[in-house]
Amino acid sequence: MITAKEVTLLIKQSLPDAQIDVKDMGGGDHLEVNVVSEEFSGLSLVQQHQLVYGALKNELKSETIHALALKTSTPQ
Amino acid sequence: MDSTIRSKIEHLINSKPIFVFMKGNKLMPQCGFSNNVVQILNSLGMSFDTFDVLSDMEIREGIKEYSNWPTIPQVYVKGEFMGGSDILISMYNSGELKEKLEIALAS
Repeated sequence: MITAKEVTLLIKQSLPDAQIDVKDMGGGDHLEVNVVSEEFSGLSLVQQHQLVYGALKNELKSETIHALALKTSTPQ
Repeated sequence: MDSTIRSKIEHLINSKPIFVFMKGNKLMPQCGFSNNVVQILNSLGMSFDTFDVLSDMEIREGIKEYSNWPTIPQVYVKGEFMGGSDILISMYNSGELKEKLEIALAS
């Protein structure tokens, strides 16, 4: 079990400028996360997602977060 | 990673132009995310092979390390990692997926 706030803080550590929106899709381990960051500019989608996955590495590995639907983009 | 696992993975992803590591199989995906990928590829009429990671713990962990990608499903096109469910959905919606797959299959 991990809170939306904890997920936000973890991502912020890697991407300080990011605007992050976390939705719990059920049970606290199925999350939908939307991340907007300047850091993503020029990166492929795979690279963008790898940055976010990197920030949540331990939580994904331990399956604290079981499923993560991720959306990444740069600020409009 | 064990070199036997690595060569097993490389053999799989090069065995077919489109290859998917998923939970379950095409007919019975065992996870919503894996199901998304199967449905998308089917709707584009793509021919692809799959590997059920639930059947092999070593491949299940190995593939995550191989691509530096912590989740399943994983889609490989011409031996290269293309993305997981979210990326496939996003590329599908933008029309980019069809184009990329057609180019990859034609070359």
